[in-house]
Amino acid sequence: MEQKTLETKEIKTAPPQEPPAQAATARLVVSSSPHFLNTESVPKIMHSVVMALFPAVAASVYFFGWRALLLVIVCVAACLGTEYAFQRIRNKPIKIYDGSAIITGMLLAMTLPVGFPIFGAVLGSVFAIGVGKQLFGGLGYNIFNPALLGRAFLMATYPVLTTTWVWPRTMEKAVDAVTAATPLAMAKFEGKLDVPLMDMILGNTAGSLGETSAVAIILGGLYLRYKGYINWKLPLGYLGTIAAFSAVFWLANPAKYPSPLFHLFAGGAMLGAWFMVTDMVTSPVTSLGQWIFVIVAGILAVVIRLFGGLPEGVMYSILFMNAFVPLLNKHTRPKVFGAAGKQS
Amino acid sequence: MAGNSLFYEFKKGLWQEIPPFRLVLGTCPTLAVTNSAVNGIAMGLATLFVLLFANIIISALRKYVAMQVRIAAYVVIIALLVTVTDMFMAAMFPPISKALGPYIPLIIVNCIILGRAEAFAQKNPVVPSIADALGIGIGFTLSLATMGVIRELLGFGSIFNVKLLGEWFEPWIVMILPAGAFLVYGGLVAAVNWISSRKEAAAKAAAEA
Repeated sequence: MEQKTLETKEIKTAPPQEPPAQAATARLVVSSSPHFLNTESVPKIMHSVVMALFPAVAASVYFFGWRALLLVIVCVAACLGTEYAFQRIRNKPIKIYDGSAIITGMLLAMTLPVGFPIFGAVLGSVFAIGVGKQLFGGLGYNIFNPALLGRAFLMATYPVLTTTWVWPRTMEKAVDAVTAATPLAMAKFEGKLDVPLMDMILGNTAGSLGETSAVAIILGGLYLRYKGYINWKLPLGYLGTIAAFSAVFWLANPAKYPSPLFHLFAGGAMLGAWFMVTDMVTSPVTSLGQWIFVIVAGILAVVIRLFGGLPEGVMYSILFMNAFVPLLNKHTRPKVFGAAGKQS
Repeated sequence: MAGNSLFYEFKKGLWQEIPPFRLVLGTCPTLAVTNSAVNGIAMGLATLFVLLFANIIISALRKYVAMQVRIAAYVVIIALLVTVTDMFMAAMFPPISKALGPYIPLIIVNCIILGRAEAFAQKNPVVPSIADALGIGIGFTLSLATMGVIRELLGFGSIFNVKLLGEWFEPWIVMILPAGAFLVYGGLVAAVNWISSRKEAAAKAAAEA
């Protein structure tokens, strides 16, 4: 350190975009914290999530035909359009390219049955982005997962259409577009628990686009984990709670209650665990808060599935816990080391 | 308040103090019985009747009722009027009476009526009280009618039981459920606030110019 060209830079609050070329000219850069440079950005994360959803989309096209792709495209387009319209009206910077609306559209499409009408998909997308996200102030301010809110709205608006499923075209007995019950509905309303597990894991059952193929969704989830965008706690905590809690009932009466494996691979448990529980905006930030979030949500999902009026409880369990996230964040804040106790 | 004209007392209930949307009073019937336009209007008119006569009686008696027992006196007067309304509707319009269910008797605890009695009739003579009751009551009826029209149109595809939207329209079941009431209510509150803020801004700009 022979030279003393010490360059003090003015304090900047947003250093991550600092060009590295600066460091080449100055020998020693002194700047205010944080010093850790991170190349991650919202669009980058969001586009990785879109990538992670591709296996699920591909699986849905394989099992349900090209109309599945059409639904995905319609939902994404409608979400982007709504986002653009809202940002335009509110005179906000147009940020539809950050990818968050694409994810909402894809996730919403994943929760719909393949025969769902196009106008309904558009309506759900407009509600998801408009009411679910933009009315709260846009990305980062929404309380509820927008895609799930859109699905909940559609479920209340078109209760018949959202629950009219068809057999996948890969099923031997399938006549074109014959309505069918999902494994969960069969278990609940007909007491049939004998759906082959392998069919549910691969996706060879009736259901919404993204709830049939567990493999494709786990693949996407693992990719997100590999990229470091989600932690293990949220998805595995949620799935683990579902498995453990349903095991209690299954062990008590295996003839009446479906097995834990059935619960894991049926319905939207996988999609919810990997893509909706892990939503960065609507899940708690503290470790304890995340545990409470996933455990209560998991128990709720099983309770609704087994004892509620609906065959599937994943959506409401996550939406319900979304409402508690601010509370969880507030009350599970870790103690600051060395800080004095509360003075009040 | 004495300086305000009768017309002002009437007019304020139609927009400036329109009960559910600006004062956020009387939200219970606004949310509960507006699943069709007819129900909304019937509820609004029943409330208007009770409000009008409650205001008249309370205003006329305002010098004879001791301050300490005034609330109890209001409730007795309002309960009497509500009982009359309830029986009248049950006798003359049984289907509507059945559809509104317990919400007609619940007018007794409607905070619009108690609110007007306490805030206006108790301090003002009879004639301004009539203007006040008519304004607020008609404003309330119009609010419920608006809610009912929107919800019936989207929830059944009809208005006043006349089918307006054709076969292509898939009714939004949510609109006739409680969740739909909250959605429409929130939307209308936002719309009313938005229009008012624009009006105020325009008035301010005009005053400055």
